Amino acid sequence: MNSPFSLPEASTHAVTVDRIFYLLLVLSGATVVLVFGLILLFAVRYRRGSSAKRGPMPEFLRREFEIGWTLATLLSFVFLFWWAGSADLSSLAAPAGSLEIHVVAKQWMWKTQHPSGAREINALHVPLGQPVHLLMSSQDVIHSFFVPAFRVKQDVVPGRETDIWFQASKLGVFPLLCAEYCGTDHSVMRGKITVMRPEDYARWLVQQPEGDDLAHEGAKLFVSQGCSGCHAGSSNVHAPRLAGIYGRMVQLSDGRTVKADDGYIRDSILQPKRDVVAGYDAIMPSFKGLLDDGELQSLTAYIRSLAEEGSHD
Amino acid sequence: MTDALLAGDLPLPPRPDYLRHGSTIASWLTTTDHKRIAILYAITITFFFFLGGAAVTAVRLELFEPNGWLLTSDTYNKLFSFHGIIMVWFFLVPSIPNTLGNFLLPLMIGAPDVAFPRLNLFSWYLTIAAGAFTVYALLAGGVDTGWTFYTPYSSMFSNSHVFAAAAGVFVVGFASIATGVNFIATTHMLRAPGMTWFRLPLFVWAIYATSLIMVLATPVLAISLLLVIAERVLGLPIFDPARGGDPILFQHLFWFYSHPAVYIMVLPAMGVVSEVIPCFARRRIFGYDFMVYAMLAIAGIGFFVWGHHMFVSGQSALASLVFSFLSFIIAVPSAIKVFNWTASLFRGQISFESPMLYSLGFVGLFTTGGLSGLFLASIPVDVHVTDTYFVVAHFHYIMVGGSVSAFFAGLHFWWPKVTGKLYPESWAKFAAILMYAGFNMTFLPQFFAGYLGMPRRYHTYPAEFQIYNVMSSAGAGVLAVAYLLPLGYLTWSLFYGGRAGNNPWAATGLEWTTTSPPPPKNFDRQPRVDRGPYEYHAEGMSAGTDAPEVQNARDIR
Ligand code: HEC
Ligand code: HEM
Ligand SMILES: [Cu+2]
Ligand SMILES: [Cu+2]
Repeated sequence: MNSPFSLPEASTHAVTVDRIFYLLLVLSGATVVLVFGLILLFAVRYRRGSSAKRGPMPEFLRREFEIGWTLATLLSFVFLFWWAGSADLSSLAAPAGSLEIHVVAKQWMWKTQHPSGAREINALHVPLGQPVHLLMSSQDVIHSFFVPAFRVKQDVVPGRETDIWFQASKLGVFPLLCAEYCGTDHSVMRGKITVMRPEDYARWLVQQPEGDDLAHEGAKLFVSQGCSGCHAGSSNVHAPRLAGIYGRMVQLSDGRTVKADDGYIRDSILQPKRDVVAGYDAIMPSFKGLLDDGELQSLTAYIRSLAEEGSHD
Repeated sequence: MTDALLAGDLPLPPRPDYLRHGSTIASWLTTTDHKRIAILYAITITFFFFLGGAAVTAVRLELFEPNGWLLTSDTYNKLFSFHGIIMVWFFLVPSIPNTLGNFLLPLMIGAPDVAFPRLNLFSWYLTIAAGAFTVYALLAGGVDTGWTFYTPYSSMFSNSHVFAAAAGVFVVGFASIATGVNFIATTHMLRAPGMTWFRLPLFVWAIYATSLIMVLATPVLAISLLLVIAERVLGLPIFDPARGGDPILFQHLFWFYSHPAVYIMVLPAMGVVSEVIPCFARRRIFGYDFMVYAMLAIAGIGFFVWGHHMFVSGQSALASLVFSFLSFIIAVPSAIKVFNWTASLFRGQISFESPMLYSLGFVGLFTTGGLSGLFLASIPVDVHVTDTYFVVAHFHYIMVGGSVSAFFAGLHFWWPKVTGKLYPESWAKFAAILMYAGFNMTFLPQFFAGYLGMPRRYHTYPAEFQIYNVMSSAGAGVLAVAYLLPLGYLTWSLFYGGRAGNNPWAATGLEWTTTSPPPPKNFDRQPRVDRGPYEYHAEGMSAGTDAPEVQNARDIR
C-alpha cells in the first residue's frame, strides 16, 4: 500500500506542479486567515450591546478603499494566471528524442506498446530520466490516463489521438488510474507504471516475448489492406508516394497547406475526402470501420518509418 | 350589538391570509398565487432533496470499504448519477429561486404577484412532469452516465435508462426558462412607485441576474440533451467518431450551459446572505453598487469560462489559456463580495440568531470553495486534480456548503413571514452549527484524497485512501442529522410555533411591512418607496448605539 499521507514527486513535471500548488496554498491560507480572522474579530468586538466604538464611519472607508482591494485582487490573480500559464506552456511539447509509446484504452483496460513491439496490459515499464511520449487513443468511450505520482493526466478519446509526455525522476512502481468515468468497471481500470534504470529497462525489453514491431506490422497491413495497390511505386493508379511525407508540409487541392503529422495521416486514412492532396483525384476510399485503432497506429508508424528511411538517403 | 362594537372597536372586514384563502387541495393545485406556488415548489424540492440524499447515503456507506461490500459497480454508478441529476436540477437549481424567489420577489418590489401568474403555475407542473420522468428512470432500473451525460458513453454505450433521465432534465429546463422569463418581466414591469433599480434589495438583483442566465443558458442544455437522444434513439451520427461525429462537441455544449448553471446555483445564495447579514449586523451593506456590478459581472463572464472543465480533454493549448485567464478574472467579483460581507460586519450591532449563523457559515464555506477554484483555474494544477475528489470537494464547498447553507439561512429568516409562525431558535442554532461541522467533516478530507490522486466516481479505490473516505462517510452521518433536524422542528413550528409579528427581525424591506403571512394580494395598500434597501442607520454612520433591548425590539417599524 502506498502512503496515505504523501504523494511522491516522481517526475520532473511533478516538482513544477507542486511549486504552484504550494504557492496557491500559502496565498489561500493567508486569505482564509484574513477573512475568517476579520469575521471572528468583528463578531466578538461588535456583538450586540458591546461597548466598542460605533458612531460615524471612518473617512477612509470610501469607494477608493473598495477600488483598491478590487485592483489588488485582480493583480494577484493575473500574476497567478501568468505563472501557472507559463508553466503550462513550457511543458506542452514532448522533447525531441522521447521514447514513443503507444497506448490504447478500452473498457476496461490499458494496452501499451513499446517501440520494439513489446506489449503490456495494465502496465508500463519506462526508463528513469528519459522523456517518454505517450500516443493514445481509445477504442470505445472516453478514458483518462492518470498517473498521480507524475502529476499528469490526459483524456483518451475515441476517433482521435491525444498525447502526453513525462520524464520519470524516481525509481519505483506508481499507480496508473483511469480518471474519466467510462462505465461499469471504471474504478478497476487501473495499472502500474514501473520506473527502471535505463540499463534495467533495456534488459527488460530484451526479455519480452518478440512482438512484431509497429512499423513492421504496418508494412504488412499496407499490403493486406490494399494501400500498396495505389501507393506503391509500381502501381499505375495516380496516387502520391508516401516515402518521406511524414513531417513535411503538404499542399492540398483547396489551397491549404498542412503538416503531415500523425493526426493528418489518420485523417487521410479515415476521411480521405477532407484533405485531398493537390494534383490528385479524391479516389482514395475511406477505411473507417475497417481498421481498428491499433492497426491505424501501426500504419502510421510504418509511414513514419518511410520518412526516416527517406531522410537517410 | 356587542360591547366591543359599541366601544367603536369595529371588527376588520374578514381578510384571510394567503394560506387560509381557500383550503381545498384543488385550491392549491390551481392556484396562481406566487406565494402558494412557492410552497408547492418547497414541498417538491424537499422531496427531491431527501431522495437525492438517500442515494448518496448508500454511496457513502459503500465507500467505507476500499473494495466495496454493499453494492455492485453498476448500482453504485447509478446511485451517484441519480444523486447528481436530482440534486442539481431538481433541488439546487430550483431551490432558492423557485421557493424564496417566488415568494419574495413580488413582496420585495411591492407587487401583487409575478408578471405571468399562470406561467408560474405551469412551470411547477413542468417540474413535476420532469421529476416523474427522472423517478421513472430510477424505478425502471436507473441511469449510469453521471449527471454530465458525457458522450459517447451516454449516446452509444450505456445500457441504462438514459432516454428517460435526459428527457426529465430536458423538460425541467423549460421550467427554468419559464421561471426566468417570469422573474425578468416581473422585475422590469411591476416595481412599486419609487422602487428604482438602485433601491432594489440585493436579493432581487440576485434573482434577476440568475434569471438572465437561466433564459440564456438553459436552451443550450436542451440542445445538447436532444442531440444525445437523437444519436441514441434515432441513430443520427453526431458524437460517434466512427461516423464523422465528435464526442468532445458534447462537452462544449454541456459546459456552455453547466458553467453558467453553477452561478444559477450560487447567485441566489449570495442574494439571501446579502439580506441577512445587514439585518443581524444592523448595518447598511458595504458597497451596495459594487455588489450589484459584481453579480452582473459574474452572470456575464460566467458564459465564457466553460473550457476550464476541459483542460485535459485535448482542447487546444491556446483555448485552455484563454479559459484559464477568464476563470481567474471571474474570481475577482466573487472575492469582492466576500470582502464586502465581511466589511458589513464592521461596527455593527451583531446578534447571532440562526439565519445569521447560517449566513456566516455560507461566507466561510464559499470563501474556501472559491479559493479552491483558483487551484482549478491554474492549468498545471488542474491537470493533476481534475476528475479527482479535489473537484468534488470544490463544488460541494460552493454548492452545498455555500448555497445550501444560504438556503437554510433564507428559510429561517423568512419562515415567520411565510408561515406566520416562530420556530424554536435554540434548535435552529444547534442545527446550523452542526451543519457547519458536519459539512467540513465530510468534504475537507476530500481535498486531501483528491490531491493524493483519488479519482472521482470510483466504486472501489486504492487502500491508501480509505482513511479519508471513512472520515468523509462519518461526517456525512453528522451532516444527515443536521439536515433532518430542521425538517423536524420547522414542521413542529407549523402546529405549535408561537405567532410571528409582521417584522420579527426588525428588518428593512417591503416584505416586512405586510402581515405575516401576507394577504393573497400581498399588500392592503400600494406601497411607496422613498429610500434605499438597507437603511438600518443614517448614511455615513455605523450601527446604532441604542441599548441591546432597543436593538432587539421586534416590530419597530
Ligand atoms: C484507390 C487508391 C488508393 C488506395 C487503396 C489507398 N489510397 Fe491513399 N491516397 C490515394 C490518393 C489518390 C491520394 C491523394 C488524394 C487524397 O489526398 O485523397 C491518397 C492520399 C493518401 C495519403 C496522404 C498523402 C499525402 O501526400 O499527403 C495517405 C497518408 C494515404 N493516402 C494513405 C493510405 C493508406 C494507409 C492506405 C491503405 C489503408 C491507402 N492510402 C489506400 C489513393 C489510394
Ligand atoms: C470562484 C470562482 C470559481 C472558480 C475560479 C472555479 C473554477 C473551477 C474550475 C476550473 C473547475 C473545473 C475543474 C475540473 O473539472 O477540473 C470547476 C469545477 C466545478 N465548479 Fe467551480 N469555480 C468557481 C466557482 C464555482 C461556483 C460558484 C460553483 C457553483 C455554485 C462552482 C461549481 C463547480 C462545479 C459543479 C464543478 C465541477 C463540475 C463537474 O465536473 O462535475 N464553481 N470550478
Ligand atoms: Cu474510466
Ligand atoms: Cu465551471
